[in-house]
Amino acid sequence: MTIIFQPAPDLTPPASKVGIFYWARTKLFNNLINSLFTLCGIAILITLTPPLLNWFLFDAVFIGTAETCREGQGACWSFVHAKIKLFLIGPYPMELVWRPITAAALLFGLFFATARHYLSSKKAVIGWMLLPLPIYWLIGGGFGLEVVDTSDWGGLLLTLVLAVAGILASVPIGIVLALGRTAKNTFIKVISVSIIELVRGVPLVTILFMATIMLPLFLPDGVEIGILYRVQFGIILFSSAYIAEVVRGGLQSIDSGQSEAAKALGLNQWMITALIVLPQALKIVIPPLIGRCIALLKDTSLVVVVGLLDFLGIAKAASQDAEWLGFDAEAFVFCAFIYWLLCFSLSRYGRSLEARGQNSH
Amino acid sequence: MRKFIDIRHVWALSPKQIKPFLYQMLMVGLLIGVAYLLFISTQENLEARHIESGFSFLSQEAGFPIGDSLISYSPSDSYGQAFLVGIINTVYVAIICVILATLVGIVIGIAQVSGNPLVSKMAEVYVEVLRNIPVLLILLFVYGVVLIGLPSVRDAIEFFPGGFLSQRGIYIPRPSAGNNFSILIISILFGVITTVIFLYWAKKTLNETGKNYPTIWISIVLLVLPPIVINSLIGNTLIWEVPELKGFNFKGGWVFRPEFAALVIGLVLYRGAFIAENVRSGIMSVQKGQIEAANALGIPANRTMRGIVLPQALRAIIPATTNDYASLVKDSSLAIAIGFPDMVSIGGTMIGQNGQAIEVIAIWMAVYLSINLFISVLMNIANKKFKLVER
Repeated sequence: MTIIFQPAPDLTPPASKVGIFYWARTKLFNNLINSLFTLCGIAILITLTPPLLNWFLFDAVFIGTAETCREGQGACWSFVHAKIKLFLIGPYPMELVWRPITAAALLFGLFFATARHYLSSKKAVIGWMLLPLPIYWLIGGGFGLEVVDTSDWGGLLLTLVLAVAGILASVPIGIVLALGRTAKNTFIKVISVSIIELVRGVPLVTILFMATIMLPLFLPDGVEIGILYRVQFGIILFSSAYIAEVVRGGLQSIDSGQSEAAKALGLNQWMITALIVLPQALKIVIPPLIGRCIALLKDTSLVVVVGLLDFLGIAKAASQDAEWLGFDAEAFVFCAFIYWLLCFSLSRYGRSLEARGQNSH
Repeated sequence: MRKFIDIRHVWALSPKQIKPFLYQMLMVGLLIGVAYLLFISTQENLEARHIESGFSFLSQEAGFPIGDSLISYSPSDSYGQAFLVGIINTVYVAIICVILATLVGIVIGIAQVSGNPLVSKMAEVYVEVLRNIPVLLILLFVYGVVLIGLPSVRDAIEFFPGGFLSQRGIYIPRPSAGNNFSILIISILFGVITTVIFLYWAKKTLNETGKNYPTIWISIVLLVLPPIVINSLIGNTLIWEVPELKGFNFKGGWVFRPEFAALVIGLVLYRGAFIAENVRSGIMSVQKGQIEAANALGIPANRTMRGIVLPQALRAIIPATTNDYASLVKDSSLAIAIGFPDMVSIGGTMIGQNGQAIEVIAIWMAVYLSINLFISVLMNIANKKFKLVER
């Protein structure tokens, strides 16, 4: 008769080591100082949560006019509802709203196609490089579409245009600056370093002032550039310098043995850079580049200072409307929520890429 | 490395070397040409708009008032003086914000890695919310909703005895020197000297005998005790000037106008979240095995933190935080959006008055670049101190 070894069933943990009380005793109240911190945390939660919840939800007015809002105690979300068109597209004509919607669909479609790897990386790069053309055509018009002046672009639409065009234009410029900084030619090196360091040393506000006030002074007579394009120029200049530093980090992390091997195989300097070093460096810097995207998306809000009505500018302006006076808290909270949603999901995506990058090696 | 080719040796160049030389010359020529064209058109534009050039405007009368000033200023002073007020305000805000943001960052960062799930979750929520919102939005919210939403001066909130919150600003008592102030100073000096002597002696004993004293607690007692004893014995060392409601406003005490308070609160909350993240990732970057090894050796938790984790974590924290300090100084230029008179907002007023944008922007750049240079020099010194000593 064969005897098969049968292990006895596992014993359940002793009752004193399971359950919420054990967890609380070991994690929250395991010593005096930790208990004090826990009590402080609970006190903060108790004082903050009920009034905030009341304001956001229970006392809030979701449907109604400004009068019903003023009678209520909580937030006035019907104000956001009434102004939602202004928040999203600013003074853009309502009957042409399908055009920014199509542009947004293109943007997010391409984003998901890239993130889910539906496209080969070559196709994705070409797609992103060409993306500004249909977007500008759809939003601005021309070539058979009714022209919408740039002064009518506003709200979230303007924020996204400034950020997307800014990042797409500044990636190639940043790569060129980074290559220039690591170049052997002293002349090119000095120029790249001074552009990068000068731009990184000053606040975006001063660069925007430069673009809006100083740039027209430099241009020859008769040449005029609209304020949107000048601001866009300033944003691209600013972002390029930061992206150049990110790319430089990537370039430096490529082992010099790689380019030496390529040299030994007879490749010239251009081919080594374009085929060996740059592709690997760019792959490494994708997570920090997403960090730059987040920073740029937040930084575009500074165009308020030079008088453009982007998402934040509209939020500020909408609460000045005589009918809805005094609901600026709601406007800012809504604005903050949308910014947070965009930035937070981007940062989560960046982190997942980073984690995948670490696993693949 | 290929350097600039010395023009005196052109005759000795081989045809293969001539080509890059010609390219360089062409580039330099092109750059000079573009610069010349820009210069000509700028000259024409300035003339057409009747804008002067040069820095002589700095000695002209400014003619506009400034709300906050640490040095004496009146509208009849020069533009130069006004600019100086702005530069001092920028530096003042930067120093205060750097100190407070560091404190917030350290507290929140340590809370994130503390073993306490409640506290670390709350700290994480703070960091993730604040980091993903534009700083300008935070500033506008703090200024336009929180501080302007405070009660009027008449119904000011007394948040501690003698401290008031109102629409017009934050008021706190201001200390001034009493009759026995010099004795207080002497007692503080006495405390500092005894602490230094004690620390020196404690280190010597530790090296010679291995006997370890709780240096931190003893130093705190040595520092704090003498001034407190002196103060309670003789009194009349410091006089607290308490703000009082007189007419339509508070008189006396320290006043922080809402613009200043909003700028400081907004910048500190925002940048503090970034510094907290640096602290967290710095501490996490120290290998767990080191802490376990310290536990196995029987080193108490606080000394593990002080002697093993922090010195290594600081190596990761300092470079990242240097960048955050630089960003913080640059972000202080957002003062212009809420009306605090920093260098950028005063310069903006000047551009509006006389149109000398080029000169004003040049001064801005010079000041910001020097502040950033100063920060990186200081942090480099700190970095050297904590650098890995390789043997």
